[in-house]
Amino acid sequence: MQGRLIDYSLIGVCFTLMIAAISLISVYVPTEEQMGVVQRIFYFHVPLAWVAFLAFFVVFIMSLLYIWKGDEKWDFRAYASAEIGVVFTTMVLITGPIWAKSAWGTWWTWDMRLTTTLVLWFIYVAYLMVRSFASDEERGARFAAVVGIIGFIDVPVVALAIVLSRTQHPSPIVFEGGLASSMLLTLLVSVAAFTVFYVLLLRLRASTRQMTSEIMKLRQELEI
Amino acid sequence: MKSSFWVKVSAILWKDVLTEFRTRDTFTSVLVFSILVIVIFNFTFVPGSQMFETVAPGVLWVTFTFAGVLSLNRSFARDKEKGCLDGLVLCPADRVALYLGKMLSCLAFMLVVEAIVLPVFAVLFDLPLYLPKLAVIAVVATIGFAAVGTVFSALVVHTRARELLLPLLFFPIIIPVIIAAVKASELALSAASWSEMTSWLTIIAAFDVIFTVAAALVFDYVLEE
Repeated sequence: MQGRLIDYSLIGVCFTLMIAAISLISVYVPTEEQMGVVQRIFYFHVPLAWVAFLAFFVVFIMSLLYIWKGDEKWDFRAYASAEIGVVFTTMVLITGPIWAKSAWGTWWTWDMRLTTTLVLWFIYVAYLMVRSFASDEERGARFAAVVGIIGFIDVPVVALAIVLSRTQHPSPIVFEGGLASSMLLTLLVSVAAFTVFYVLLLRLRASTRQMTSEIMKLRQELEI
Repeated sequence: MKSSFWVKVSAILWKDVLTEFRTRDTFTSVLVFSILVIVIFNFTFVPGSQMFETVAPGVLWVTFTFAGVLSLNRSFARDKEKGCLDGLVLCPADRVALYLGKMLSCLAFMLVVEAIVLPVFAVLFDLPLYLPKLAVIAVVATIGFAAVGTVFSALVVHTRARELLLPLLFFPIIIPVIIAAVKASELALSAASWSEMTSWLTIIAAFDVIFTVAAALVFDYVLEE
Protein backbone atom coordinates (compact mmCIF):
# COMPACT_ATOMS: atom_id res chain seq x y z
CA MET A 1 0.00 0.00 0.00
CA GLN A 2 2.79 2.34 0.94
CA GLY A 3 4.64 1.37 -2.23
CA ARG A 4 1.58 2.34 -4.28
CA LEU A 5 1.48 5.73 -2.62
CA ILE A 6 5.14 6.33 -3.47
CA ASP A 7 4.51 5.27 -7.07
CA TYR A 8 1.55 7.64 -7.47
CA SER A 9 3.40 10.58 -5.96
CA LEU A 10 6.39 9.81 -8.20
CA ILE A 11 4.11 9.82 -11.22
CA GLY A 12 2.77 13.22 -10.12
CA VAL A 13 6.23 14.70 -9.56
CA CYS A 14 7.55 13.21 -12.78
CA PHE A 15 4.62 14.53 -14.81
CA THR A 16 4.93 18.06 -13.38
CA LEU A 17 8.70 18.15 -13.91
CA MET A 18 8.43 16.81 -17.47
CA ILE A 19 5.83 19.44 -18.41
CA ALA A 20 8.03 22.11 -16.79
CA ALA A 21 11.14 20.83 -18.59
CA ILE A 22 9.45 20.63 -21.98
CA SER A 23 8.00 24.13 -21.71
CA LEU A 24 11.32 25.53 -20.51
CA ILE A 25 13.12 23.86 -23.40
CA SER A 26 10.68 24.88 -26.11
CA VAL A 27 9.51 28.29 -24.89
CA TYR A 28 11.60 29.81 -22.13
CA VAL A 29 15.24 29.12 -22.94
CA PRO A 30 16.81 31.44 -25.58
CA THR A 31 18.07 29.88 -28.79
CA GLU A 32 21.81 29.39 -28.73
CA GLU A 33 23.42 31.96 -30.99
CA GLN A 34 25.88 29.85 -32.93
CA MET A 35 24.25 26.46 -33.09
CA GLY A 36 20.66 27.60 -33.50
CA VAL A 37 17.53 25.66 -32.66
CA VAL A 38 19.14 22.22 -32.85
CA GLN A 39 21.09 23.05 -29.69
CA ARG A 40 17.86 22.51 -27.74
CA ILE A 41 18.47 18.78 -28.12
CA PHE A 42 21.20 19.37 -25.53
CA TYR A 43 18.52 19.62 -22.80
CA PHE A 44 17.43 16.08 -23.64
CA HIS A 45 20.80 14.65 -24.56
CA VAL A 46 22.62 15.51 -21.31
CA PRO A 47 19.88 14.30 -18.93
CA LEU A 48 19.56 11.08 -20.95
CA ALA A 49 23.30 10.50 -20.69
CA TRP A 50 23.27 11.25 -16.97
CA VAL A 51 20.44 8.79 -16.37
CA ALA A 52 22.19 6.15 -18.48
CA PHE A 53 25.38 6.37 -16.41
CA LEU A 54 23.38 6.46 -13.18
CA ALA A 55 21.48 3.36 -14.31
CA PHE A 56 24.69 1.43 -15.00
CA PHE A 57 26.11 2.48 -11.66
CA VAL A 58 22.94 1.15 -10.03
CA VAL A 59 23.39 -2.12 -11.97
CA PHE A 60 26.88 -2.40 -10.48
CA ILE A 61 25.71 -1.77 -6.90
CA MET A 62 22.68 -4.07 -7.23
CA SER A 63 24.84 -6.81 -8.78
CA LEU A 64 27.25 -6.63 -5.85
CA LEU A 65 24.36 -6.76 -3.40
CA TYR A 66 22.81 -9.70 -5.23
CA ILE A 67 26.04 -11.68 -5.19
CA TRP A 68 26.65 -10.79 -1.56
CA LYS A 69 23.16 -11.30 -0.14
CA GLY A 70 21.70 -13.70 -2.70
CA ASP A 71 18.28 -12.05 -2.45
CA GLU A 72 16.33 -11.98 -5.73
CA LYS A 73 15.04 -8.47 -5.16
CA TRP A 74 18.49 -6.99 -5.83
CA ASP A 75 18.60 -8.87 -9.09
CA PHE A 76 15.21 -7.54 -10.20
CA ARG A 77 16.51 -4.03 -9.63
CA ALA A 78 19.78 -4.70 -11.45
CA TYR A 79 17.87 -6.17 -14.41
CA ALA A 80 15.40 -3.27 -14.54
CA SER A 81 18.18 -0.71 -14.28
CA ALA A 82 20.18 -2.36 -17.08
CA GLU A 83 17.15 -2.34 -19.37
CA ILE A 84 16.49 1.35 -18.70
CA GLY A 85 20.21 2.09 -19.09
CA VAL A 86 20.37 0.42 -22.50
CA VAL A 87 17.26 2.26 -23.73
CA PHE A 88 18.60 5.60 -22.50
CA THR A 89 22.08 4.97 -23.92
CA THR A 90 20.46 4.15 -27.25
CA MET A 91 18.65 7.50 -27.14
CA VAL A 92 21.91 9.26 -26.20
CA LEU A 93 23.60 7.65 -29.20
CA ILE A 94 20.73 8.81 -31.44
CA THR A 95 20.34 12.37 -30.14
CA GLY A 96 24.12 12.91 -30.03
CA PRO A 97 24.85 12.57 -33.78
CA ILE A 98 21.79 14.69 -34.69
CA TRP A 99 23.21 17.50 -32.61
CA ALA A 100 26.83 16.83 -33.61
CA LYS A 101 26.09 16.97 -37.34
CA SER A 102 24.98 20.58 -37.14
CA ALA A 103 27.27 21.66 -34.30
CA TRP A 104 30.56 20.01 -35.31
CA GLY A 105 29.73 19.24 -38.92
CA THR A 106 30.16 15.50 -38.40
CA TRP A 107 27.89 12.73 -37.14
CA TRP A 108 30.51 11.05 -35.07
CA THR A 109 34.00 11.62 -33.66
CA TRP A 110 35.97 8.95 -31.83
CA ASP A 111 36.49 11.10 -28.77
CA MET A 112 36.45 9.83 -25.20
CA ARG A 113 32.83 10.42 -24.25
CA LEU A 114 31.35 9.16 -27.49
CA THR A 115 33.48 6.04 -27.66
CA THR A 116 33.03 5.19 -23.99
CA THR A 117 29.26 5.56 -24.34
CA LEU A 118 29.32 3.24 -27.33
CA VAL A 119 31.40 0.64 -25.46
CA LEU A 120 29.01 0.92 -22.51
CA TRP A 121 26.11 0.22 -24.84
CA PHE A 122 27.84 -2.94 -26.09
CA ILE A 123 28.64 -4.16 -22.58
CA TYR A 124 25.09 -3.81 -21.33
CA VAL A 125 23.52 -5.22 -24.46
CA ALA A 126 25.72 -8.27 -23.77
CA TYR A 127 24.50 -8.14 -20.15
CA LEU A 128 20.89 -8.44 -21.33
CA MET A 129 21.80 -11.20 -23.80
CA VAL A 130 23.49 -13.27 -21.10
CA ARG A 131 20.18 -13.29 -19.27
CA SER A 132 18.10 -14.38 -22.20
CA PHE A 133 20.65 -16.99 -23.28
CA ALA A 134 21.15 -18.56 -19.85
CA SER A 135 19.45 -21.89 -19.38
CA ASP A 136 17.48 -20.81 -16.30
CA GLU A 137 16.56 -17.62 -14.46
CA GLU A 138 18.71 -18.08 -11.39
CA ARG A 139 21.77 -18.86 -13.47
CA GLY A 140 21.09 -15.91 -15.76
CA ALA A 141 20.86 -13.63 -12.72
CA ARG A 142 24.19 -14.84 -11.35
CA PHE A 143 25.95 -14.58 -14.71
CA ALA A 144 24.51 -11.15 -15.37
CA ALA A 145 25.71 -9.95 -11.97
CA VAL A 146 29.25 -11.02 -12.91
CA VAL A 147 28.98 -9.13 -16.22
CA GLY A 148 27.50 -6.11 -14.42
CA ILE A 149 30.46 -5.97 -12.06
CA ILE A 150 33.24 -6.63 -14.57
CA GLY A 151 31.61 -4.32 -17.12
CA PHE A 152 31.41 -1.42 -14.74
CA ILE A 153 35.03 -1.79 -13.59
CA ASP A 154 36.01 -1.68 -17.25
CA VAL A 155 34.51 1.77 -17.92
CA PRO A 156 37.27 3.94 -16.38
CA VAL A 157 39.98 1.82 -18.05
CA VAL A 158 38.27 2.23 -21.43
CA ALA A 159 38.01 5.99 -20.89
CA LEU A 160 41.68 6.23 -19.91
CA ALA A 161 42.89 4.23 -22.90
CA ILE A 162 40.81 6.33 -25.30
CA VAL A 163 41.94 9.63 -23.77
CA LEU A 164 45.57 8.63 -24.20
CA SER A 165 45.14 7.30 -27.73
CA ARG A 166 43.23 10.33 -29.00
CA THR A 167 45.53 13.07 -27.80
CA GLN A 168 46.05 14.20 -31.40
CA HIS A 169 42.31 14.90 -31.76
CA PRO A 170 41.25 17.20 -28.93
CA SER A 171 37.66 16.58 -27.97
CA PRO A 172 35.31 19.38 -28.99
CA ILE A 173 34.64 21.70 -26.11
CA VAL A 174 31.01 22.67 -26.25
CA PHE A 175 30.70 25.24 -23.52
CA GLU A 176 34.02 26.66 -22.59
CA GLY A 177 32.67 29.71 -20.80
CA GLY A 178 30.02 27.83 -18.84
CA LEU A 179 26.28 28.00 -19.32
CA ALA A 180 24.06 31.05 -19.20
CA SER A 181 21.87 30.94 -16.10
CA SER A 182 18.64 30.44 -18.09
CA MET A 183 20.22 27.49 -19.87
CA LEU A 184 21.54 26.04 -16.65
CA LEU A 185 18.09 26.27 -15.06
CA THR A 186 16.49 24.51 -18.02
CA LEU A 187 19.15 21.82 -17.94
CA LEU A 188 18.74 21.23 -14.21
CA VAL A 189 14.94 20.96 -14.44
CA SER A 190 15.34 18.53 -17.33
CA VAL A 191 17.91 16.46 -15.41
CA ALA A 192 15.58 16.37 -12.39
CA ALA A 193 12.64 15.33 -14.58
CA PHE A 194 14.55 12.49 -16.21
CA THR A 195 16.03 11.30 -12.92
CA VAL A 196 12.58 11.06 -11.33
CA PHE A 197 11.40 9.32 -14.49
CA TYR A 198 14.23 6.81 -14.10
CA VAL A 199 13.39 6.11 -10.46
CA LEU A 200 9.76 5.61 -11.40
CA LEU A 201 10.58 3.25 -14.27
CA LEU A 202 13.00 1.32 -12.08
CA ARG A 203 10.40 0.83 -9.35
CA LEU A 204 7.68 -0.25 -11.75
CA ARG A 205 9.88 -2.58 -13.77
CA ALA A 206 11.45 -4.21 -10.69
CA SER A 207 8.06 -4.75 -9.07
CA THR A 208 6.71 -6.24 -12.31
CA ARG A 209 9.60 -8.71 -12.27
CA GLN A 210 8.95 -9.47 -8.63
CA MET A 211 5.31 -10.23 -9.39
CA THR A 212 6.20 -12.32 -12.44
CA SER A 213 8.54 -14.40 -10.35
CA GLU A 214 5.90 -14.89 -7.63
CA ILE A 215 3.32 -15.96 -10.20
CA MET A 216 5.77 -18.44 -11.71
CA LYS A 217 6.47 -19.92 -8.29
CA LEU A 218 2.76 -20.24 -7.50
CA ARG A 219 2.10 -21.84 -10.86
CA GLN A 220 4.83 -24.41 -10.25
CA GLU A 221 3.41 -25.23 -6.84
CA LEU A 222 -0.08 -25.72 -8.26
CA GLU A 223 0.86 -27.79 -11.27
CA ILE A 224 3.43 -30.12 -9.82
CA MET B 1 49.13 -24.60 2.91
CA LYS B 2 50.75 -22.23 0.49
CA SER B 3 52.54 -24.92 -1.41
CA SER B 4 49.41 -27.02 -1.75
CA PHE B 5 47.64 -24.06 -3.38
CA TRP B 6 50.21 -23.93 -6.17
CA VAL B 7 50.21 -27.71 -6.44
CA LYS B 8 46.49 -27.54 -7.24
CA VAL B 9 46.96 -24.69 -9.69
CA SER B 10 49.66 -26.58 -11.54
CA ALA B 11 47.62 -29.80 -11.50
CA ILE B 12 44.75 -28.03 -13.30
CA LEU B 13 47.19 -26.40 -15.70
CA TRP B 14 48.88 -29.74 -16.36
CA LYS B 15 45.55 -31.44 -17.02
CA ASP B 16 44.76 -28.93 -19.78
CA VAL B 17 48.24 -29.06 -21.26
CA LEU B 18 48.11 -32.86 -21.36
CA THR B 19 44.64 -32.98 -22.93
CA GLU B 20 45.65 -30.50 -25.57
CA PHE B 21 48.95 -32.24 -26.21
CA ARG B 22 47.22 -35.58 -26.74
CA THR B 23 44.47 -34.36 -29.05
CA ARG B 24 45.95 -31.19 -30.57
CA ASP B 25 42.63 -30.48 -32.28
CA THR B 26 42.06 -27.01 -30.82
CA PHE B 27 45.66 -26.00 -31.32
CA THR B 28 45.76 -26.95 -34.98
CA SER B 29 42.47 -25.29 -35.84
CA VAL B 30 43.23 -22.05 -33.96
CA LEU B 31 46.66 -21.84 -35.55
CA VAL B 32 45.39 -22.42 -39.08
CA PHE B 33 42.57 -19.97 -38.44
CA SER B 34 45.00 -17.25 -37.29
CA ILE B 35 47.20 -17.62 -40.33
CA LEU B 36 44.10 -17.55 -42.54
CA VAL B 37 43.02 -14.24 -40.99
CA ILE B 38 46.42 -12.73 -41.78
CA VAL B 39 46.34 -14.09 -45.32
CA ILE B 40 42.84 -12.67 -45.90
CA PHE B 41 43.96 -9.29 -44.58
CA ASN B 42 46.79 -9.40 -47.11
CA PHE B 43 44.29 -9.39 -49.95
CA THR B 44 42.63 -6.22 -48.70
CA PHE B 45 45.77 -4.10 -48.96
CA VAL B 46 48.08 -3.36 -51.83
CA PRO B 47 51.35 -5.13 -50.95
CA GLY B 48 54.38 -2.93 -50.52
CA SER B 49 52.35 0.26 -50.19
CA GLN B 50 52.86 2.78 -47.40
CA MET B 51 49.54 1.78 -45.92
CA PHE B 52 51.00 -1.59 -45.07
CA GLU B 53 53.06 -0.34 -42.15
CA THR B 54 50.23 1.62 -40.62
CA VAL B 55 47.74 -1.24 -40.78
CA ALA B 56 50.12 -4.01 -39.71
CA PRO B 57 49.60 -3.55 -35.92
CA GLY B 58 45.83 -3.52 -36.43
CA VAL B 59 45.96 -6.72 -38.49
CA LEU B 60 48.11 -8.41 -35.86
CA TRP B 61 45.76 -7.53 -32.99
CA VAL B 62 42.60 -8.40 -34.85
CA THR B 63 44.20 -11.80 -35.50
CA PHE B 64 45.23 -12.27 -31.88
CA THR B 65 41.81 -11.23 -30.62
CA PHE B 66 39.99 -13.62 -32.95
CA ALA B 67 42.40 -16.44 -32.14
CA GLY B 68 41.96 -15.65 -28.44
CA VAL B 69 38.18 -15.82 -28.50
CA LEU B 70 38.31 -19.05 -30.49
CA SER B 71 40.60 -20.77 -28.01
CA LEU B 72 38.68 -19.41 -25.02
CA ASN B 73 35.54 -20.90 -26.49
CA ARG B 74 37.14 -24.32 -26.35
CA SER B 75 38.69 -24.02 -22.89
CA PHE B 76 35.58 -24.78 -20.86
CA ALA B 77 33.50 -26.27 -23.67
CA ARG B 78 35.90 -29.21 -23.82
CA ASP B 79 35.66 -29.75 -20.07
CA LYS B 80 31.89 -29.56 -20.24
CA GLU B 81 31.55 -32.03 -23.13
CA LYS B 82 33.68 -34.68 -21.46
CA GLY B 83 32.09 -34.19 -18.04
CA CYS B 84 35.35 -32.88 -16.65
CA LEU B 85 33.75 -29.62 -15.52
CA ASP B 86 31.75 -31.41 -12.82
CA GLY B 87 34.96 -32.99 -11.63
CA LEU B 88 36.67 -29.64 -11.49
CA VAL B 89 33.84 -28.08 -9.50
CA LEU B 90 33.80 -31.02 -7.10
CA CYS B 91 37.53 -31.22 -6.58
CA PRO B 92 38.67 -29.94 -3.19
CA ALA B 93 40.45 -26.90 -4.53
CA ASP B 94 39.96 -23.26 -3.74
CA ARG B 95 37.98 -21.37 -6.41
CA VAL B 96 40.93 -19.02 -6.80
CA ALA B 97 43.20 -22.00 -7.48
CA LEU B 98 40.70 -23.26 -10.02
CA TYR B 99 40.55 -19.86 -11.68
CA LEU B 100 44.33 -19.46 -11.78
CA GLY B 101 44.82 -22.95 -13.19
CA LYS B 102 42.36 -22.40 -16.00
CA MET B 103 43.59 -18.87 -16.60
CA LEU B 104 47.20 -20.04 -16.90
CA SER B 105 46.23 -22.81 -19.27
CA CYS B 106 44.32 -20.36 -21.49
CA LEU B 107 47.30 -18.02 -21.33
CA ALA B 108 49.81 -20.73 -22.20
CA PHE B 109 47.66 -21.87 -25.11
CA MET B 110 47.25 -18.39 -26.56
CA LEU B 111 50.94 -17.61 -26.12
CA VAL B 112 52.03 -20.73 -27.98
CA VAL B 113 49.70 -19.86 -30.86
CA GLU B 114 50.96 -16.28 -30.90
CA ALA B 115 54.59 -17.43 -30.81
CA ILE B 116 53.99 -19.23 -34.09
CA VAL B 117 51.72 -16.61 -35.66
CA LEU B 118 54.07 -13.70 -34.97
CA PRO B 119 56.94 -14.95 -37.20
CA VAL B 120 54.45 -15.90 -39.93
CA PHE B 121 53.01 -12.40 -39.69
CA ALA B 122 56.51 -10.90 -39.89
CA VAL B 123 57.30 -12.93 -42.99
CA LEU B 124 54.03 -12.15 -44.78
CA PHE B 125 54.26 -8.44 -43.96
CA ASP B 126 57.98 -8.27 -44.71
CA LEU B 127 59.01 -7.23 -41.20
CA PRO B 128 62.18 -8.19 -39.30
CA LEU B 129 61.87 -11.62 -37.68
CA TYR B 130 63.41 -10.60 -34.38
CA LEU B 131 60.72 -8.48 -32.66
CA PRO B 132 61.38 -8.57 -28.90
CA LYS B 133 59.23 -5.48 -28.20
CA LEU B 134 56.26 -6.95 -29.99
CA ALA B 135 56.73 -10.18 -28.06
CA VAL B 136 56.66 -8.34 -24.73
CA ILE B 137 53.50 -6.43 -25.74
CA ALA B 138 51.89 -9.70 -26.82
CA VAL B 139 52.67 -11.39 -23.49
CA VAL B 140 51.36 -8.50 -21.36
CA ALA B 141 48.20 -8.08 -23.46
CA THR B 142 47.49 -11.80 -23.59
CA ILE B 143 47.52 -11.95 -19.79
CA GLY B 144 44.68 -9.42 -19.94
CA PHE B 145 42.83 -11.52 -22.53
CA ALA B 146 43.17 -14.65 -20.39
CA ALA B 147 42.21 -12.88 -17.14
CA VAL B 148 38.85 -11.72 -18.48
CA GLY B 149 38.36 -14.50 -21.01
CA THR B 150 38.55 -17.34 -18.50
CA VAL B 151 35.55 -16.04 -16.54
CA PHE B 152 33.47 -15.48 -19.67
CA SER B 153 34.51 -18.83 -21.08
CA ALA B 154 33.27 -20.54 -17.92
CA LEU B 155 30.11 -18.43 -18.03
CA VAL B 156 29.06 -19.14 -21.61
CA VAL B 157 29.27 -22.94 -21.38
CA HIS B 158 26.00 -22.83 -19.44
CA THR B 159 24.19 -20.71 -22.01
CA ARG B 160 22.60 -21.33 -25.38
CA ALA B 161 24.57 -20.21 -28.45
CA ARG B 162 27.74 -19.97 -26.40
CA GLU B 163 30.06 -19.50 -29.37
CA LEU B 164 28.05 -16.41 -30.27
CA LEU B 165 27.82 -14.99 -26.80
CA LEU B 166 31.51 -15.17 -25.89
CA PRO B 167 32.77 -12.54 -28.38
CA LEU B 168 29.88 -10.24 -27.48
CA LEU B 169 30.98 -10.33 -23.85
CA PHE B 170 34.71 -10.53 -24.44
CA PHE B 171 35.34 -7.84 -27.08
CA PRO B 172 33.83 -4.78 -25.34
CA ILE B 173 35.66 -5.54 -22.10
CA ILE B 174 39.09 -5.95 -23.70
CA ILE B 175 38.81 -2.80 -25.83
CA PRO B 176 41.29 -0.90 -23.60
CA VAL B 177 43.84 -3.72 -24.00
CA ILE B 178 43.41 -3.71 -27.77
CA ILE B 179 43.75 0.08 -27.99
CA ALA B 180 46.91 0.09 -25.87
CA ALA B 181 48.40 -2.97 -27.61
CA VAL B 182 47.83 -1.53 -31.08
CA LYS B 183 49.36 1.82 -30.09
CA ALA B 184 52.35 0.13 -28.46
CA SER B 185 52.83 -2.15 -31.49
CA GLU B 186 52.81 0.86 -33.80
CA LEU B 187 55.64 2.33 -31.73
CA ALA B 188 57.49 -0.99 -31.61
CA LEU B 189 57.31 -1.39 -35.39
CA SER B 190 58.52 2.16 -35.96
CA ALA B 191 61.60 1.34 -33.85
CA ALA B 192 60.64 3.57 -30.94
CA SER B 193 62.46 3.19 -27.62
CA TRP B 194 61.11 1.24 -24.65
CA SER B 195 60.43 4.41 -22.69
CA GLU B 196 57.99 5.68 -25.34
CA MET B 197 55.94 2.53 -24.92
CA THR B 198 55.85 2.62 -21.13
CA SER B 199 52.52 4.43 -20.77
CA TRP B 200 50.79 1.86 -22.99
CA LEU B 201 52.39 -1.10 -21.25
CA THR B 202 51.40 0.40 -17.91
CA ILE B 203 47.75 0.60 -18.95
CA ILE B 204 47.76 -3.04 -20.05
CA ALA B 205 49.58 -4.11 -16.87
CA ALA B 206 47.04 -2.20 -14.76
CA PHE B 207 44.24 -3.89 -16.67
CA ASP B 208 45.89 -7.29 -16.04
CA VAL B 209 46.12 -6.71 -12.31
CA ILE B 210 42.61 -5.24 -11.87
CA PHE B 211 40.89 -7.93 -13.90
CA THR B 212 42.85 -10.89 -12.57
CA VAL B 213 41.80 -9.88 -9.05
CA ALA B 214 38.20 -9.04 -10.00
CA ALA B 215 37.84 -12.22 -12.06
CA ALA B 216 39.27 -14.42 -9.29
CA LEU B 217 36.76 -12.90 -6.87
CA VAL B 218 33.69 -13.41 -9.07
CA PHE B 219 34.77 -16.74 -10.57
CA ASP B 220 32.85 -18.67 -7.93
CA TYR B 221 29.56 -17.28 -9.26
CA VAL B 222 30.00 -18.53 -12.80
CA LEU B 223 30.58 -22.10 -11.64
CA GLU B 224 27.81 -24.40 -10.59
CA GLU B 225 27.28 -25.17 -6.93
